[in-house]
Amino acid sequence: MILVLVDHDRGELDPLSLRALTAARKLSNDIHAVVIGNDGAALSAICGEYGASILHVAQHPEITDYTPAASGRALAQLANSLKPEAVLAAGSPRGNEQLAHLATILDLPMAAECSEITLGDPHSVVRARWAANLMEQALVHSGLLIATVLAFAVEAEASPVAITVSNVDVLLEPIDLRVRILGRGGEAAKSGASLTDAKVIVSGGRGVGGPEAFSLLEELAALLDGAVGCSRVVTSSGWRPHAEQVGQTGTKVAPDLYIAAGISGAMQHIAGCKNSKTIVVINTDPEAPILAYADYAIIGDLHKVLPALTQAIKATKG
Amino acid sequence: MDILVCLKRVPLAGSTFLLTPDSRDINTDFLGFGISPHEENAVEAGVQLVEQMGGTLTLLTLGPTDAEEQLRTQLAIGATRGILLETEGEDWDPQATAAALVEAINAEETKFDLILFGAESADSAGYQIHIRVAHALSRPIVTNVKTMKIENGIAQCERAVGSVRELYETTLPAVITVRDGLNIPRYPSVPGRIQARKKPIEHKKPEPRVPKLEKVSLSVSPSNSTGAQILGTGVEAVPALVDVLRTIGVLA
Ligand SMILES: Cc1cc2nc3c(=O)[nH]c(=O)nc-3n(C[C@H](O)[C@H](O)[C@H](O)COP(=O)(O)OP(=O)(O)OC[C@H]3O[C@@H](n4cnc5c(N)ncnc54)[C@H](O)[C@@H]3O)c2cc1C
Repeated sequence: MILVLVDHDRGELDPLSLRALTAARKLSNDIHAVVIGNDGAALSAICGEYGASILHVAQHPEITDYTPAASGRALAQLANSLKPEAVLAAGSPRGNEQLAHLATILDLPMAAECSEITLGDPHSVVRARWAANLMEQALVHSGLLIATVLAFAVEAEASPVAITVSNVDVLLEPIDLRVRILGRGGEAAKSGASLTDAKVIVSGGRGVGGPEAFSLLEELAALLDGAVGCSRVVTSSGWRPHAEQVGQTGTKVAPDLYIAAGISGAMQHIAGCKNSKTIVVINTDPEAPILAYADYAIIGDLHKVLPALTQAIKATKG
Repeated sequence: MDILVCLKRVPLAGSTFLLTPDSRDINTDFLGFGISPHEENAVEAGVQLVEQMGGTLTLLTLGPTDAEEQLRTQLAIGATRGILLETEGEDWDPQATAAALVEAINAEETKFDLILFGAESADSAGYQIHIRVAHALSRPIVTNVKTMKIENGIAQCERAVGSVRELYETTLPAVITVRDGLNIPRYPSVPGRIQARKKPIEHKKPEPRVPKLEKVSLSVSPSNSTGAQILGTGVEAVPALVDVLRTIGVLA
């Protein structure tokens, strides 16, 4: 049996969990799902649709919002009683974190962000390193395999079965509740949202040269109803706020048009913009690595090209 | 307040990787080394807290002898001292690494009020060492923190996971992992670098353990990009770009 953590936020499903359920079905026909907290009980139908025959609802009066330490304790309790061959979850920050608590409590290894899993003795996995730019073939020496599934390695596929719900009372330790949630959402939740929603992003890197010249990017972005983005060099120089940083440690974006001006194309930047429909580069260096990922490029000085582009677009708009 | 920051020396990879002939490691012959951005934020946070409240900032790393370079750079930013747990150069698996860190932390006379990590390492990104360390020390842990306020022995942290932002509170001593964007890490100054040369770094040699997550080999992910069509050079190419914007529907 494979136990899959189906993650949710107050009953709202994390769709990556369906990919984890799909990945589990490649390992076994016997799939159980587990949700942490009562709100998750609402997900039984969808878990059945994706092949789980039992949904375990782990409950405790103190588990209302995300409490990863408590999740780990609940998963450990279930793993000990159900004796699955593997516990899987989505390779999301939350999936990785909750399974890391589980692995720690059981003193077992954990393989994060796996694109392939083969059960055995030892288990064999392929897992992502360097934001999936490198893949690692690894062996996992443990009875129970604890692993998360790389977000984009598996497409979710339905395979409906009848599902029953089983409620489980969780015994928590005091340490699991030492972190208290005070609140959530609010103003801050919006930071970065303008970037993820934008259809057009005009993004600048070190080549912009300083905070002042970002006005060129702002003007073009405004004209195209878009947003301004930037590279990490720009935020760590204090030219622009971190909410505008695109990349592995910034925001991941997928606009219709991504204009990268004065950005070299480090893999950590590409990790955040490669899902854009069209990437246009403006760079003085015809050898810049970003050209390999882009659709169109102008080789030239952004300080000249951007104002000329803005003028030309204004002209078309009359 | 006594603070510990855990770091990892990683190659500063650019846009592609070369592997060693046995495919077990990255070929680093032409690469510099550094630490991950998140860890730069952790050190900066530690330096700021010690500036405000006094105390000490200790750096701890497990890595090759050369990781002294990363410790010196961060000492130059304002840390007090460093501890280097020397390996023979190979990666240790997460359980072995966490166990060595815990052993070193327990061997310290200082009982750290706050232990900071970067949210994930730039290279192996196993998402677990900080959690293993927190459990072993029986300390609460908050991860992925982007805003942190420490007052009267209480840490208030705002974390962003997915699209949800949550405000958490925990009592110290605690373990906190921080993300890029927490602050703007400063560059080491020249006097800072000179002082750093004299700051103490303690070298220890932890016992290696048999890895339970055992790396066998690496491979470079294939890129499905085909390369850009060059529209031209300088402002003369702008009309061609305007045409492209029309074709893709961004301009009417
Ligand atoms: C773990 C990790 C996470 C990271 N996360 C991120 C992240 O989320 N986002 C991110 O961006 N980076 C990230 N980085 C940093 C990344 O590796 C690069 O350092 C960074 O992206 C480089 O920024 P840049 O392209 O602006 O600067 P550079 O690499 O210095 O490139 C500047 C470019 O501008 C061009 N240029 C110069 N002058 C002009 C001009 N006048 N006109 C036109 N072009 C010009 C140059 O030819 C060059 O190509 C991360 C690094 C690590 C290790």
